[in-house]
Amino acid sequence: MLLPDLIRLTTSSILAYRMRSFLTGLGIAIGITAVILLTSIGEGLHQFVLAEFSQFGTNLINIQPGKTQTHGANVGMFGSVRPLSIEDAQALRRLPNVEYVTPGVQGNAEVRANGKTRRTMVSGVGHEMTDIFNMKVQTGSFLPDDDPTQARAMVVLGAKVRQELFAGQNPLGSYLRIGGQRYRVIGVMEPKGQVLGFDLDDAVYIPAARAMELFNRVGLIDIHLSYKASTDSKSMVAAITALLKERHGREDFTITPQEKALEVLGSVLDVITFAVGALGGISLLVGGVGILTIMTMAVTERTAEIGLLRALGARERQVLTLFLGEAILLSALGGLAGLALGVGIAQVLHLLFPALPVHTPWLFAVLAELSAITIGLAAGVMPARRAARLDPVEALRTE
Amino acid sequence: MIALSQVSRSFTVGDQQVAALRNIDLNIAAGDYVSIMGPSGSGKSTLLNLIGLLDRPSSGTYKLDGGNVTDLNDEQQAKVRSEKIGFVFQAFHLVPRLTAAMNIELPLILAGVAVAERKARVAQLLENYGLADRADHRPDQLSGGQRQRVAIARATSMHPTVLLADEPTGNLDQTTGKEVMNLLEQMVAQQVALIVVTHDPVIGGRATRQLHMVDGQITSENKSSGGT
Repeated sequence: MLLPDLIRLTTSSILAYRMRSFLTGLGIAIGITAVILLTSIGEGLHQFVLAEFSQFGTNLINIQPGKTQTHGANVGMFGSVRPLSIEDAQALRRLPNVEYVTPGVQGNAEVRANGKTRRTMVSGVGHEMTDIFNMKVQTGSFLPDDDPTQARAMVVLGAKVRQELFAGQNPLGSYLRIGGQRYRVIGVMEPKGQVLGFDLDDAVYIPAARAMELFNRVGLIDIHLSYKASTDSKSMVAAITALLKERHGREDFTITPQEKALEVLGSVLDVITFAVGALGGISLLVGGVGILTIMTMAVTERTAEIGLLRALGARERQVLTLFLGEAILLSALGGLAGLALGVGIAQVLHLLFPALPVHTPWLFAVLAELSAITIGLAAGVMPARRAARLDPVEALRTE
Repeated sequence: MIALSQVSRSFTVGDQQVAALRNIDLNIAAGDYVSIMGPSGSGKSTLLNLIGLLDRPSSGTYKLDGGNVTDLNDEQQAKVRSEKIGFVFQAFHLVPRLTAAMNIELPLILAGVAVAERKARVAQLLENYGLADRADHRPDQLSGGQRQRVAIARATSMHPTVLLADEPTGNLDQTTGKEVMNLLEQMVAQQVALIVVTHDPVIGGRATRQLHMVDGQITSENKSSGGT
């Protein structure tokens, strides 16, 4: 039997029972719709979260004190670990291929100006912080390139802090009291919005050395550095390790390239996408049961026809192929309808709720269609085998 | 061409063995016109099914065109059915959702005959059987006579050497029945062996060899010059 004929014959029987075929296909279509919709949302979320994280740049490396042996918090300043110092940051800055470095000390403190008080995040950083995290100053300038150990008392406001303390007036040149010290306002950051619940605008930036003093710390919380795109994170990590080992005498720090962090995050999000896709897969299975039912009925109804085909010289295998073909055609058509429906609904959802990230990768669509066909095949095997094994004499006698 | 020797066929009904055919010896040559008559349950249809390779004998041998076809496997038997045997049934057995033309084409499709050749053969058959203007009709849009003509066209589409008809006029009125018999008999002239199973003595009487069966055995054979 030639392939076009197989398609012609199977199509004819699907068309002969339009309503029934439609409903059976619908079962698969709903399953595929669910799979596509859920994985689209899962994948959209995936990309959304990764984009949130990589907006700070991807060629970043974070260095923290303490060696993380396994997962969990590092011991930080306890024990015999040497803290990371501003001098460490300066040394790292001199490494080849390093673009920017910023030390980091964060904490919460009360800031006061204009008779108003606000508790906000105080971030002790270096003058290159804006370059590392792709942040922009809206007015004024960022912290100057002072000697990091004796930096002047200057502060750059986050958009939110500016709004709260200096509403309607130009804050540049004004003074802000942080923990009893006066800082001169030299700039205001562009609003950055929230990232995963953290308001990046509710912060002020002061030189790291002064933040250490303010929070009474002997070391930095972390050092961030960015490297030139021409090098890879692996060789950077090696260079940093060598340098800090030489300075500290041993490896009492943890280096985390952003790349690796994103990788871990990505794999977690992949699992989520897969899990919601599997949930949709349950309805796909139900659709498969529908095909099994319909094909079983079809074999019973068309017993005489099967007998006839055998009398006309059809081999068992050909009868099998015909019925399997019908099952596969049903599920393939249902799958295509489900793809269209799923992608359609996903897009409509995206229009209605722009905040809901939606993305349907081509690979998912292809995989969904393949699984629809596989389910049709699996559901068709049993009825088709029964059809093929019918005794032709018995079969012809029916009707 | 057809040579049955000591062919028996028994069925198990419950825990009893029921013999449908007992020690049948039968030779049929190309161009023979044979009718098989007998009461219900005499084994006529079983014999026809055996000759058509839809069934296998319990014992005995069956040679078709000199080759032993008794021991062929399913696939080989299907091939022989496809190439050498044509069936015409009482209930026509047309596929209801296919057009007349496609019903006729079905054996050719199953045999994998090339499209161009197929189209030519189907067109010729439609023409021969006066169905040219019915090519695109479905069976339920055809009269009984037309349906049986489609069935005969289908049975002859692969140029079989044996044409088996089981009560071909059973569902037709007398006039249409005669027309259908005439069409079947045309094949005899082309050296096809025509075997007709029937209750109707008038239809059976048209054959040159008239076999009578009782209880799974051929009890008598009348020969006549045939024709009406």
